[in-house]
Amino acid sequence: MLKYLIRRLLYAIPILIGVNLITFALFFMVNTPDDMARIHLGAKQTTPEMIAAWKQAHGYDKPLFFNGNAEGLDTLTDTLFFQQSVRLFTFDFGLSDSGRDIGADIQQRMWPSLALALPTFLLGLWVNITLALVAVLFRYSRVDKTALVAAVLLMSISGLFYIIGGQVLFSKVLHWVPISGYQPGADAWRFLILPVLIGVFAGLGAGLRWYRTLFLEEVNKDYVRTARAKGLSEWRTLSRHVLRNGLLPILTGVVVVIPTLFMGSLVMESFFGIPGLGSYTIEAIQGQDFAIVKAMVFLGAVLYIAGLILTDIAYAWADPRVRFK
Amino acid sequence: MIALLWTDVLVWLLVIMLALWGRLAMRDALVRARWQQVFASPLATISAIILITYLKLALLDSIHLRMDDGQLRSLLDLIFYHLLDASERTYSAPFATHEFVKSVVQQDGQVLQVHLPLRHVQPGMVWWDLLLAAALASLVVWLTRRGVPDFFKNGIFARSPRGVFWGTAWGVWFVLIALWLLSHHYHVFGTDKVGNDVLYQAIKSIRTGVLIGTLTTLLMLPLAIGLGVAAGYFKGWVDDIIQYLYTTLNSIPGVLLIAAAVLVMQGMLETHPDWFGSVAERADLRLLFLTLILGLTSWTGLCRLLRAETLKLSAVEYVTAARALGAGHGRILLRHIVPNLMHLVLISIVLDFSGLVLAEAVLTYVGVGVDPTMNSWGNMINAARLEMAREPMVWWTLAAAFVFMSLVVLAANLLSDRIQQVFNPRNA
Amino acid sequence: MAQQDDTQSILKVERLAVSLPDGTPILKGIDFELRRGEVFALVGESGSGKSMTALAIMRLLPEGLRYDRGCIYLQDTELLSLPEAAMQRIRGRRIAMIFQEPMSALNPVMTIGEQIGEALKLHLGLRGRKQRERVIQLLQEVGIPEPETRLDWYPHQLSGGQRQRVMIAMALACEPDVLIADEPTTALDVTIQAQILDLLKSLQRKRGLAVLFITHDMGVVAEIADRVAVMYHGEIVEQADTRHFLIDPEHPYTQQLLKNALPLRALKPAPKNQSLLEAKGIKVWFQQGGGWFSRKKRITRAVDGVDLTIRPGETLALVGESGSGKSTLGMALLRLNELTEGQILFDEQVDLATLNERALRPWRRHIQVIFQDPFAAFNPRMTVGESIREGMITLKVGPQDKASQRERVAELLQKVGLQPEHMDRYPHEFSGGQRQRLGIARALAVEPRLIICDEPTSALDVTVRAQIIDLLNTLQEEQGVSYLFITHDLSILPRIAHRVAVMQQGKIVEEGRVEQILRVPQHPYTQQLLEAAPKLVRTAVSDLW
Repeated sequence: MLKYLIRRLLYAIPILIGVNLITFALFFMVNTPDDMARIHLGAKQTTPEMIAAWKQAHGYDKPLFFNGNAEGLDTLTDTLFFQQSVRLFTFDFGLSDSGRDIGADIQQRMWPSLALALPTFLLGLWVNITLALVAVLFRYSRVDKTALVAAVLLMSISGLFYIIGGQVLFSKVLHWVPISGYQPGADAWRFLILPVLIGVFAGLGAGLRWYRTLFLEEVNKDYVRTARAKGLSEWRTLSRHVLRNGLLPILTGVVVVIPTLFMGSLVMESFFGIPGLGSYTIEAIQGQDFAIVKAMVFLGAVLYIAGLILTDIAYAWADPRVRFK
Repeated sequence: MIALLWTDVLVWLLVIMLALWGRLAMRDALVRARWQQVFASPLATISAIILITYLKLALLDSIHLRMDDGQLRSLLDLIFYHLLDASERTYSAPFATHEFVKSVVQQDGQVLQVHLPLRHVQPGMVWWDLLLAAALASLVVWLTRRGVPDFFKNGIFARSPRGVFWGTAWGVWFVLIALWLLSHHYHVFGTDKVGNDVLYQAIKSIRTGVLIGTLTTLLMLPLAIGLGVAAGYFKGWVDDIIQYLYTTLNSIPGVLLIAAAVLVMQGMLETHPDWFGSVAERADLRLLFLTLILGLTSWTGLCRLLRAETLKLSAVEYVTAARALGAGHGRILLRHIVPNLMHLVLISIVLDFSGLVLAEAVLTYVGVGVDPTMNSWGNMINAARLEMAREPMVWWTLAAAFVFMSLVVLAANLLSDRIQQVFNPRNA
Repeated sequence: MAQQDDTQSILKVERLAVSLPDGTPILKGIDFELRRGEVFALVGESGSGKSMTALAIMRLLPEGLRYDRGCIYLQDTELLSLPEAAMQRIRGRRIAMIFQEPMSALNPVMTIGEQIGEALKLHLGLRGRKQRERVIQLLQEVGIPEPETRLDWYPHQLSGGQRQRVMIAMALACEPDVLIADEPTTALDVTIQAQILDLLKSLQRKRGLAVLFITHDMGVVAEIADRVAVMYHGEIVEQADTRHFLIDPEHPYTQQLLKNALPLRALKPAPKNQSLLEAKGIKVWFQQGGGWFSRKKRITRAVDGVDLTIRPGETLALVGESGSGKSTLGMALLRLNELTEGQILFDEQVDLATLNERALRPWRRHIQVIFQDPFAAFNPRMTVGESIREGMITLKVGPQDKASQRERVAELLQKVGLQPEHMDRYPHEFSGGQRQRLGIARALAVEPRLIICDEPTSALDVTVRAQIIDLLNTLQEEQGVSYLFITHDLSILPRIAHRVAVMQQGKIVEEGRVEQILRVPQHPYTQQLLEAAPKLVRTAVSDLW
């Protein structure tokens, strides 16, 4: 198992290199630093001097991969690729195009993101699995069919409508919770409860259907029949036997997102004014701050790969067929 | 003068390809029977008719003419030409006769705050319009029924319930005609901040949504099928490379990858103003790039699915038998493997369609979607978000986007459910 | 119950009828009774409704099926009118059941101790140490070695036979009155099958259990049953004592069934004494593991140095248990999997093992293959005509224009006992036996001289099995084609084989003429295989020569 993990960790390296190459190619080759400077300085009336000055100020004035002017190791290190992309491997994110320390920003803003994303994730998981089990308990009956129709309806409505609708109803009309904003500490729940509930609700349709399908696939298997033949009630059969087996495919889909919860939700955070990484990213996108977007892409990839490895561990822990191989 | 936009060409190409593929597939008795079974369900029939209607409106909106004043107008614009000139001054509610906000006017030396009457409204026509629409819809349905008496004979709708089919057809015609008639006398969905008709925006948004939903898939399919099948069939280092490729792409959070690519694309458009003549063409080019980017970032899911299925299929006994009969790679792939994967491709096309329509709204909201000048449901929602904060609320832009968008997504979801049920009974 | 004599009925099924939602009857009024301490066998071919009868008694019918009428009495309790909660107290406590496939019938993510303990806790309220002790006791009783540690094992860590033992322990945990065994030995190898039957028999005697034994295998019936009922299309056509039943069956269907189940000897003309295909030192080793970063590789020696010769017009039967490498060997001779080492001399001139795919193609038409699973053997998206024609096109055999090819397909279909108009149908429209015929037609289309038959009859019912074997024999007589017949079923050997090769763990341990192998086996493994075969088969075989 340990060996396997080390292998997976090693496998992460070429993937991260690939991610870096893709972002580097996107940001520095398809679009040259000159273009970037022009965008930031405003498209009109830019002189070559202004561009050069902007590039130098932001460290974008180096050659791409190979610096002919430098000596020794510097031919490789004093380049855009090394300075902008290789440095990321040490989690040194550098400065944003507007001069802020990205690393510090991330450390500060990931906690509000987590405070929103984690409860949404856990509550959503619990609600979806429970409802799916109930639907499977009443499978093919009217309860199940109604749940399915409701799920398709819920799925067909854009999450944006849930957010706007929720804000209007609970904040503007009923005045139960503030419409947006955030306060760290014990009072945070007043700001979080609405986005969490809306997040869970928006994911309900797709979640219910997916889990229901997974459980239904298990329900007709032989071992379930054995459990029934033992005299177990239908609910016990589902909650003891079907759930445990159904959780295996669920794990692959679910564990992988856990690390990426740090990244927050772009839409939720910006609608509810929560100062997390999601709204950070969205501000960077809207402000065309390439340095931040690049850092977030790298961070996202690292977290995703961490999620993949975590999935492997969780799978081995949950499935004895893998554990005792 | 017909003006060709990039996306126009692509979407018509897609329709032609689909039609050819459909004809070819329909020759296969098995495939035809499957489709007939799909549309034996009333819900699937209704959904299909709604989807086809959206598609037709999008296609009408994809034939552009250059007018004398140099403006680009589509056929759909010509049908709703009266709305182009029907701008009011500011907000007005659906079917309102007066503006939504009070204006200051001087009357007889007094300063008054009044709701000014709207300029392009003729009240009192509702029932007359609806009646006429009902009559016209009946006429159209009656004519089509007479025109194609053996419509149900062998086509995909052969087993669909006739009442449901013609009922839905009548309903769709009725709604379309009624909206058209009513739009002459009212602002059916009100007007927006600068007085533009919201109904017109919602209808124009159809093209954006449908194009994103279809073109993306079209661009993604060759990549997903080619790589997925190659990885699963040839295994070994081919598989290693393709797996590495999609794991790497997958590891970048989707929205961020799209955002990054769109940012770059925006930069390119800004630095190359010579690529397009007008604002409309620029917006169109941006839409094209967006579908391209979405396609390039969304092939991994289907690719993975096809790889796994190909791995399974290439070990199945009929493939072994074909190998024993000396069939080469090409024959095995084309005759034995790809045809048995098509149901997965089909399911993913329909499923992705609704996902992409929904994604457009979110991406546009984030700022990496379609051009802000382009009519789209995402832009409508974005505008509506600020309007909802007004007191009293301006709700109709949101309502129009909601109705038009949810209807098409719901229809696509219902149809994809049914297709899955029929083509992939395991998931029923 | 004060007194219990041997003939007292414990389970009684009356006029039981079950149907599909569309009204198609599955069971058409079944009557039988199960007496205390007896083994009652329910025999029938697939689709006869025997398994449905078992599930109907347990009230575990698949979703959608419904009871039309009938009663099921467990002593004085009528089961069909019980509320579900009361039925749950009967399942596992008074009627227990074991199933065909022990791997899928056990929950893969629970230890076997948990799974057995679950029943003990539910019905007897045993928990903790007491439960554990009882589980160990049960595992001991069914012959699991080291039960104290195995208790915490998961199903996949046990062998197939042990899993079935665990299933039996689980079923017997709460000392039920009735045990329903649904084909409990069908998925097992012959040697394991014999052991499980012995175990069931001894447990039944010791506990005085009433067993409803469901099987398709006449040999097993003769081995274990006291009384037999034969099912056909949802009805019981004959009921009798086993002894009477085997000697003097009354119903024509039963007579046919028995006849087909017993080994028959085919009079086979002796083949010429030359070699068509000669394999020398065939090795197929698989590497497992070994990705980008792992150094350790495990090597499975699926086929490990096999020599064999097949003569023109001869059938060589390759016999072995699952995992012996017999199918791998067949695929290797077809060059459909990678050969590690060895020569395949065809026609005493060309070594197929050295040819690349292109050079091999002219030879492909001479060696063809038929598979076990008739449902996977045809591309569901092609008409059977297209499938049969495929070889004529790719290998350029026979006429090359479509019309004459279709004529030839029609001819072939008739030859294998089907109609020319079947040509334009799709595989799903055919039954298992018909598809096996289609498989033969597809192979014959390229006029091969050798057909490798990979367990072509093991997925078929006995009646159909006999027909397919007869068809293969007829074709051999007419066309002089040779067969390498891969099978695990000893009872068909006298009917199909000239010679037999016995395979164990990748090696051929014994080879010889069929009568020689069956009557005077030399190798201990062959002897073990033969001894494990049901007595019915063994006596019949010794009567043949």
